Amino acid sequence: MSAVTTPDPQGDIVSTPSTTHADPRSGLPDAPSGVMETVGLNVYYGGFHAVHDVDLAFGRNEITALIGPSGCGKSTVLRCLNRMNDLIPAARVEGSVNYHGIDIYGPKVDPIEVRRRIGMVFQKPNPFPKSIYDNIAYGPRVIGMQVDNMDDHVERCLRQAALWDEVKDKLKESGYSLSGGQQQRLCIARTIATAPDVILMDEPCSALDPIATSAIEDLMTDLREDYTIIIVTHNMQQAARVSDRTAFFTARPDETTGNRTGLLVEYDKTSQIFENPRDQRTEDYISGRFG
Amino acid sequence: MSTAAPPTDRTRPDQIDLTASSPRWGEKAIVGWLFLCAAFSVLVTVGIVFALVEPTLEFFSRVSLGEFFSFDEWAPTFQPPAFGVGRIVAGTLNVTFYALLIALPAGLGAAIYLSEYASPRAKRILKPVLEVLEGVPTVAYGFFALTFITPIIRELWPTFLPGALGDPPGIFSAASAGLVMGIMIIPTVASVSQDAMSAVPASLREAAYGIGSTRMQVATKVVVPAALSGIVASFILGISRAVGETMIVLIAAGATPNLTLLPNESVLTMTAFIAQASTGDIATGTITYYTVFAVGSLLFVSTLVLNMISIALVRRYREAYE
Ligand SMILES: Nc1ncnc2c1ncn2[C@@H]1O[C@H](COP(=O)(O)OP(=O)(O)OP(=O)(O)O)[C@@H](O)[C@H]1O
Ligand SMILES: [Mg+2]
Repeated sequence: MSAVTTPDPQGDIVSTPSTTHADPRSGLPDAPSGVMETVGLNVYYGGFHAVHDVDLAFGRNEITALIGPSGCGKSTVLRCLNRMNDLIPAARVEGSVNYHGIDIYGPKVDPIEVRRRIGMVFQKPNPFPKSIYDNIAYGPRVIGMQVDNMDDHVERCLRQAALWDEVKDKLKESGYSLSGGQQQRLCIARTIATAPDVILMDEPCSALDPIATSAIEDLMTDLREDYTIIIVTHNMQQAARVSDRTAFFTARPDETTGNRTGLLVEYDKTSQIFENPRDQRTEDYISGRFG
Repeated sequence: MSTAAPPTDRTRPDQIDLTASSPRWGEKAIVGWLFLCAAFSVLVTVGIVFALVEPTLEFFSRVSLGEFFSFDEWAPTFQPPAFGVGRIVAGTLNVTFYALLIALPAGLGAAIYLSEYASPRAKRILKPVLEVLEGVPTVAYGFFALTFITPIIRELWPTFLPGALGDPPGIFSAASAGLVMGIMIIPTVASVSQDAMSAVPASLREAAYGIGSTRMQVATKVVVPAALSGIVASFILGISRAVGETMIVLIAAGATPNLTLLPNESVLTMTAFIAQASTGDIATGTITYYTVFAVGSLLFVSTLVLNMISIALVRRYREAYE
């Protein structure tokens, strides 16, 4: 927990010009610019304490990777960031998750509005059983987004997701007619179709081959220009390749119950985490001695 | 690790035998039995068709097609008889229409509630109640219609809509039978639809919620289209039950072959006619006897066509998620 960086109190003033992204490691501000932050985040599933006291800040136009051994609560933390955990009846969240300074667990906050600004891409590609076109058009339609020309919008989203050339002649076919990697890019296109501010991705490449994975990694790097991206990954190289900052989680068994509660060990610039970790547990994990 | 030399020290039988060690008669017998079970229903259907065909042909050798498929008059037991089956088809359609008017929206609504909104606790209580309702004997519904619903309907008939629905109904009416039949069918529609909706993968719901859909949008735009084949199946099942339902109409709809789609009149349905004619003593070979078969054939064919239409519809519109 020692290396947790606190967000810049002025929040948004550290704006990173997009040119710095040519090399994400250089020109990265020391503290993230605080689009989102968790403060004392604790999550319980019924009586089970799944995540303990997580303080994290996510920077604008940055890619933040959440890594750590299986079961340490990465998905749980990620799902808290757009209130997807509301769908699990047993889940209970304590602490706060601030989005532009507003606690999304505050009393007057509508989770639907939250999810319209903070979109999510899931581990397993889950296109709707609708046409490719309707997969993209669905979001703008349900949120009542003003779109001048839906055809153009669909094309733009598919281009941004690097999928247009592969599907432009079969927009009326089912999303399920695509390969796994194409489906995942379709899901990403679907997520950006509603122009969210933040995109959460839970192991988006775990079901994909190396070529599709690299296509999606390139895509993430492109999307960073416009979005704030938070990604859970089991792939160390992927975290090292694409992310600007990395948060390492681990699970610690409770002395009395033996339940494994997840906690944040170290959060820093990705280069720092991978080249010069401060915590022994991080180093062990990164070097493959653990997890 | 591996040595270059082939593993010569391993014992290996000279002769490799890959034929089955036993003929597995037991398994073959079980498969045969399972096949017979599956074939049984097909055989019964074929049997029914055969039983219907001959007397039906006999009927049409005595009564012309034009006379049968007309709306003029229905009085097969009178002298002179009249066979305008349009009248009892209209009776069936009448009651079915009001039954479906109630059962389809209510059943689908209940299914959406159970699948998308109900807490696990509410589901634990409601689902078995629905299943119990499905098993209530129809004769009980018939009496419920006659003794409970009919008086209420007669009391509360909307006479403030003069001309629209006509006068309050008498003791027997399509309204009472249709209403109660609708109530009877709700659980069928709800339970089959809900099974189809609950089978829609959670990942699709998450995808929709993750974009910022409301619960209602998830239900109507994602879950219902994905479960469409099951929902249509539940509707067809509901329609088939309504068309084939006998006890309720026999008790509550009366037996007047009125040509009407208004709910306040007494009607005779195809099933009620068959039940009535068959419970009286009809001599084999009389025209009444053959009429029962002709009407039965018509019922059989209409449900068959209904099912075929539904299968075609489902193929055309469903959103397959596999
Ligand atoms: N819906 C749930 N109900 C109860 N417990 C859950 C639920 N989801 C997760 N958990 C528990 O919470 C803990 C953290 O799970 P989580 O899915 O967040 O881990 P993770 O770090 O994403 O793991 P992985 O890398 O395997 O995906 C685990 O012990 C898990 O068993
Ligand atoms: Mg996970």
